[in-house]
Amino acid sequence: MASFLGFAEPEPTPQQVIAGLRATAEGGEDLVQLLSPEGERVTDSRFEPWVADVDVDRLRALYRDMVLVRRADREANALQRQGQLSIWVPLLGQEAAQIGAGRALMPQDMAFPSYREHGVAWCRGIDPTELLGIFRGTDHGSWDPHATRFHLYTIVIGNQCLNATGYAMGQRFDGRVGDGEGETGEATICFFGDGATSQGDVHEGFVWSAVYDAPVVFFCQNNQWAISEPLERQTRVPLYQRARGYGFLGVRVDGNDVLATLAVTRWALQECRTGNGPVLIEAFTYRMDAHTTSDDPSRYRLAEELELWKLKDPIERVRVNLVRTHGESQEFFDEVAAESDTLAARLRAHCLAMPKPKPERIFSEVYAQSSPLLDAQRDEYLAYHSSFEE
Amino acid sequence: MVSGMRQTFALPDVGEGLTEAEILAWQVSVGDTVSVNQIIVEIETAKAAVELPSPYAGTVAELFASPGQTVAVGTPIIVISTGVEGDPERSDPAPPTAEAGAEPTAQPHDTAEGGTKIGEVGPDGRIATLVGYVSGSGTVVRRRRVHRAGPLTAPPPPTPPTVPAAESPVRDAVPLAKPPVRKLAKELGVDLRALAGSGPRGAITRDDVHASARSAAVGGTTGQRRVPVRSLRKATAAAMVSSAFTAPHVTEFLAVDVTPMMELRERLRTTREFREVKLSPLVFTAKAVCLAIRRTPEVNASWRDGSAGEDAEIVFYDRVQLGIAAATPRGLIVPKIRDADTLSLRELAEALGELTATARAGITPPADLVGGTFTITNVGVFGVDTGTPILNPGESAILALGAVKPAPWVVDGQLAVRTVCQLALSFDHRVVDGEQGSRFLADVAALLADPGLALSY
Ligand SMILES: Cc1ncc(C[n+]2csc(CCOP(=O)(O)OP(=O)(O)O)c2C)c(N)n1
Repeated sequence: MASFLGFAEPEPTPQQVIAGLRATAEGGEDLVQLLSPEGERVTDSRFEPWVADVDVDRLRALYRDMVLVRRADREANALQRQGQLSIWVPLLGQEAAQIGAGRALMPQDMAFPSYREHGVAWCRGIDPTELLGIFRGTDHGSWDPHATRFHLYTIVIGNQCLNATGYAMGQRFDGRVGDGEGETGEATICFFGDGATSQGDVHEGFVWSAVYDAPVVFFCQNNQWAISEPLERQTRVPLYQRARGYGFLGVRVDGNDVLATLAVTRWALQECRTGNGPVLIEAFTYRMDAHTTSDDPSRYRLAEELELWKLKDPIERVRVNLVRTHGESQEFFDEVAAESDTLAARLRAHCLAMPKPKPERIFSEVYAQSSPLLDAQRDEYLAYHSSFEE
Repeated sequence: MVSGMRQTFALPDVGEGLTEAEILAWQVSVGDTVSVNQIIVEIETAKAAVELPSPYAGTVAELFASPGQTVAVGTPIIVISTGVEGDPERSDPAPPTAEAGAEPTAQPHDTAEGGTKIGEVGPDGRIATLVGYVSGSGTVVRRRRVHRAGPLTAPPPPTPPTVPAAESPVRDAVPLAKPPVRKLAKELGVDLRALAGSGPRGAITRDDVHASARSAAVGGTTGQRRVPVRSLRKATAAAMVSSAFTAPHVTEFLAVDVTPMMELRERLRTTREFREVKLSPLVFTAKAVCLAIRRTPEVNASWRDGSAGEDAEIVFYDRVQLGIAAATPRGLIVPKIRDADTLSLRELAEALGELTATARAGITPPADLVGGTFTITNVGVFGVDTGTPILNPGESAILALGAVKPAPWVVDGQLAVRTVCQLALSFDHRVVDGEQGSRFLADVAALLADPGLALSY
């Protein structure tokens, strides 16, 4: 018994200490998993019912989603290295977290991404070619956030948690929450990283949504790194446990397990639609590539760590499960591979053919209406621009 | 256009506002066939070492830059002939980077960017990026302003960022060099403050460091250099010759799946106890050796020739004086960890850390170099798989630890990727028989493959 401000504090038992360590190293005991890295089904009576409808066809579809977004990601990464994009933010390794969450959404739900959510964009019907403009520097995001129910990418870390909380409050005010019927109810999901949890905006979003029961699923992809800062520089407790301090539920799911992520996210969204939000999901995963193409991870992390996570690959475990449990044929995998190459070629061709925007576009596409000040700035800028050769 | 279209690939800005990169190594040569996204070259920028994939399929027609050369962003570095039948790239529109007929000199930064403004220097001299800001370098090549008579309505252009490349005499300030160059200088023992840089704004380049290191090493005849064999080199040579020709060596090899050991290491590393120490595979190997020696004391013994008609004898040691072969700036030395078998894993890690630091600094006291009973040589740190180590004179066994790396491995009849390394044990066959040597090697391997076995010792 140690004493803290006069209160008796029980010393943690060795078991608790070990559990805490495992929680940051391996996912820990509370990790929800339905598909092991070896492709074996894991039983979990709590979350299994949420994917009872996932038969072999749906599992194939999830596999296809993941392969296609990975292929598009790799092609965009290569395009950056070829000078066609200013920067690219790779999703490699986070396919299951994003496809699982993205496929859990109902059409009426709203999603707020950060900048790495290419897999979620895919699930919202946004073609990968649409993502290129931001990274080539030719537009600020070209998809319609209302039509796709997918907000534009947010670069300012954690900021979207405030937007999402506000949006979810709107859903509440509009009476879309709490009638018990998931078919008509709405929820909001907000994506951010482990590093973002140290931001004030995320804290504010948590507090607000907790005390007003906002229907928002906070979906944290804990990919273990915030650029060069490891998880241990963000938290001393497993991240999902933070939810408890705010007064809502938190779940840690194996973010490399698409089935488990789908199940947990479906459950969490339904909690929100029926008035029991917010919910925090920590998807335990790993960023397999650099933070962005401007980053060199070999400067701050060990190759062994990467090798360890390769064994937990999100796509491979589904492939193994399809083969072992469902006797899937090689033909199917070849088809998906061929389809992904076609997608990559289309992405490349689109990128190379993108028109160069006129300089005034930066003024015309930010505000709905112009203003005298903005007009003056635009005229000044265009005059300056035309003072260069060519 | 049906055959032999030439496509030029210019050095892209791979890291938001970079202006140049060094060519590290070409992966292709003139005449090679390349496919889209095949890696063609490795480059190093101020931020990262990066591989560039080919944007075209075809045949390499020309390479413009050689390894070691620093190239400005926008400079053509390779020409690829495309356009053979069935080439999927042929009908693609040419990317904006491919400036046909461009001179292989610095191109305006913008032309490599397809009009993007991200990465351009702002009026405040900073470069806007998607993840923050980098400071604007003075060497960004910008489009030239058109000279115009009369007053300009536009605001004045940003202050010209160019700074004269003349020598900056301020030598006590931190010398200008990129992080990789600093690292190189440290490795080669070159003091950057003593160098005048030949790069832009007096920055010290890789070449400057190499040149300095070379001139420090030798006066220089052409094509060869002669270094008198002195001190450590001489001692090493004598010890190796005497060992190799007196003790009959046998070497055995064993590949081990060390994944469980690496997992244990991951777990331990996050604990308070191990946070401050370097927990390398070598530490675990040292521990495993100390444990395994208990079952096979012959490997911790030494052969003594009998003098003047007496019988030869074998001396068995109670304690393990563990030698660790260390590469130092002065050469190979083998400092010892005293009574290593009495140390815990953490104490071993600390002892190893201290020993390496002392050895690197070149201040290992002579007393630490003698009286060893067993040696480990960590050839893995050089990326080498294994070798046939030569005994440290007087000892009866030496273990080489190979590179720890992922490799295909059969687990339960299935092929899996595991973390694997090779062990090689050389022993003095006068003291150690094949059975004992094999058992010892198998024991060490088993402990690394299943650290839980340590409980059974
Ligand atoms: C408010 C703010 N601060 C700093 C940055 C610079 N920045 C860009 S990404 C990043 C790390 C974010 O890490 P994490 O939240 O773990 O997400 P991940 O990139 O790993 O997906 C930082 C600090 C930023 N974009 N916004």
